[in-house]
Amino acid sequence: MRIQKFMLAASAATLALTMGAASAQEVVRIGTEGAYPPFNVLEADGTLTGFDIDIANALCEEMEVQCEFVTSDWDGIIPGLLAGRFDAIIASMSITEERKQQVDFTEKYYNTPPAIAVPNDSELTEATDEALSGIALGAQSSTTHSNYAEEKLPSADLRLYPTADEYKLDIASGRIDAVIDDVIVLSEWLDSEDGACCKLLDTLETDPVINGEGAGIAVRPGEDELREKFNAAILAIRENGTYQEINDKYFDVDVYGS
Amino acid sequence: MSVIQRVLPPEPPPPALAAGWSASRIIGHLFLAIWIAGSVALFLFLVGSYDSQKMIQYGPGYLSGLWITLQLVIISVVLGAILSVPVALGRMSTNKVFGALAYVYVYFFRGTPLIAQLFLIYYGLGQFRGALETVGLWTFFREPWYCALFAFTLNTAAYQAEILRGAIASVPVGQHEGAAALGLPRNVTFRKIILPQAMMVALRPYGNEIILMIKGSAIVSIITVFDLMGETRRAFSRTFDFQTYLWAAVFYLLIVEALRNLWAVLERRLTRHLKR
Amino acid sequence: MLQALMTWLDPLCGTLGIFRLFPSDSLLACGDTGWGDEIASGVFVTVSLALATLPLGLFAGFMLALAKQSKEKSLRLAADIYTTIFRGLPELLTLFLVYYGAQIGLQNLLSAMGSSTTIEINAFLAGMVALGLVFSAYSSEVLVSAFHAIPNGQYEAGAALGLRRSTTMRRIIIPQLVRIALPGLGNLWMILLKETALVSVIGLADILRQTGIAARVTREAFMFFGLACLIYLVLAMLSSIVIHYIERWAGRDEART
Repeated sequence: MRIQKFMLAASAATLALTMGAASAQEVVRIGTEGAYPPFNVLEADGTLTGFDIDIANALCEEMEVQCEFVTSDWDGIIPGLLAGRFDAIIASMSITEERKQQVDFTEKYYNTPPAIAVPNDSELTEATDEALSGIALGAQSSTTHSNYAEEKLPSADLRLYPTADEYKLDIASGRIDAVIDDVIVLSEWLDSEDGACCKLLDTLETDPVINGEGAGIAVRPGEDELREKFNAAILAIRENGTYQEINDKYFDVDVYGS
Repeated sequence: MSVIQRVLPPEPPPPALAAGWSASRIIGHLFLAIWIAGSVALFLFLVGSYDSQKMIQYGPGYLSGLWITLQLVIISVVLGAILSVPVALGRMSTNKVFGALAYVYVYFFRGTPLIAQLFLIYYGLGQFRGALETVGLWTFFREPWYCALFAFTLNTAAYQAEILRGAIASVPVGQHEGAAALGLPRNVTFRKIILPQAMMVALRPYGNEIILMIKGSAIVSIITVFDLMGETRRAFSRTFDFQTYLWAAVFYLLIVEALRNLWAVLERRLTRHLKR
Repeated sequence: MLQALMTWLDPLCGTLGIFRLFPSDSLLACGDTGWGDEIASGVFVTVSLALATLPLGLFAGFMLALAKQSKEKSLRLAADIYTTIFRGLPELLTLFLVYYGAQIGLQNLLSAMGSSTTIEINAFLAGMVALGLVFSAYSSEVLVSAFHAIPNGQYEAGAALGLRRSTTMRRIIIPQLVRIALPGLGNLWMILLKETALVSVIGLADILRQTGIAARVTREAFMFFGLACLIYLVLAMLSSIVIHYIERWAGRDEART
């Protein structure tokens, strides 16, 4: 548990001025959240692991650049990118119209549908707006899932949490009746000891407007060079088997989608 | 005409010194100019980025958030005022046990951050669902709104107890003695003589406490309550538009200033008999 | 050598640290299995943030207090506007405004000037600036009332002795000012210490953030948030001891009556 050493170093009061950002870079700073298992997790020993991280490392290797990871709170991740705290976001961020107004996206690198989980003793049987009416539904704020809940499940009593960890605490204590998130994220959690409280209710129909085309890599608007490099790298690791290798390390199914 | 006026004829007062551009004047005007430029920029920014669709989508949310904030503050301040009476009595009591309990209570709630207290109650008590269910309190602690209300009430009660105690202690002993000399019973002395004078002293700190609660209440947004700050964060998380925070700032400043002016009027009115 | 000494003296996870009292497999142990070392670093961040903010806030507060007493109306007005704004905004909102706003504002300013430099305001700096703004607004009020408590005769006596205005300020006014303002400033320090907890919301790894992560991972929310409260209490107690000594030191020349 030695995360703190570098966090302290990073939190020293500096007004860092870095010239030129990502243009002629050898180093690409990748923003990620670190609280979204199994995609990106900040381990107790301070290392980042997960599908997103492995993919990012594979992409950087393909692009022959050095990756440097920066963790950010989810709420602040797009402002952080725009402000130049990092050059790209690889954090399971869905490509949506709303976000496209702020940042540019690469092609998707995976696509999975949202789902709803409920406590084991829940009386809910289906995940429709009608059935969820008045039900306390937890979601992580600023996610496609919270947007989905706002748009498609307006009768539910939506509670927005800063990270997935907090809604997990609250559904385990019975404070909320259901949570909505990515099906892979939920399954991973339900299979773990932590998720013993709960079960998967249903997988939801994705809505292209809300859920977008899958998870992509976000870059600052106009950084076309970097974006295209990422696109080429995604194609390359899909073709040379690296993607499959990473995929199989984490999942039984191919998360790339059709 | 007196002698003196003959010797020294009256002269008009010297002309006022021409106001030069002293250093402080320049700095003052500079900073004022910065403020004016800032408010003009703010106004232009808010007008320029006015988006009727966003207004329609998030405007009502802001109003309901404002209402939640006000409700939370008003109810917790009133409940806190009630709870503060026994705590203040405990602080003034000569009974060692009672006094120590009140002291620990006040020290804990004034010595730790409100946000830590809120987390302790919200997430901490969530751990004891089973126990709370058996005593029938879970329905209360299940709701984030009630948790926030509970935390704020306990917190403000500690501060208000100290205000109350300080105010009562500020009434001179002579007032007690005078009342005793008149043969007034102790409770009448307290109600008719001590309390009114103490309240006069306490008025200003009470006002400050309410303002602190309004500002402090912004943290409930972190435990999923959609107060003014919560609605702001929701709007920001969907639009990434910075004006969402600026609108919140405008709202908070308006409430706090309104309250401050109301308090100033109240204070002038209640203490007008002390003016000469 | 110095490092070794510091490690040894570290009150939480050092050789004689409190968390060393827990067995190495407990939740509070200092090491890879426990959360002791994380929390210790959180304490370090909280204390350094508060200590870094203090001089900034005090200096700005002193300048504001001078401005508020100026004969120049515009200066008084400008200072009053400052106080109204930063005493009226919730500290959390000030923090967000600085953290997101200053970054966006500075970035726009730089690109407007044609520079492609990226500027970064990290959570520590944002916290320092935001808390410094709030602290200076409050401390200016404390200092103004302390200034009022110093009789005019003190300035006049200085002038009568032929001292310059700056010397009068330095040798006569400020020593008295410090003594009078200390209790009020001590209170503000306590408030500052508690307000640093808000910085956990923008991701700075302070006490509350570290205990919060521990609470989520271990599911022992009550214990860890309770521990956070206890640590803040201990910091408050230590502060009041230190403040007491400073007050005694500042009052050492006071005439005994």
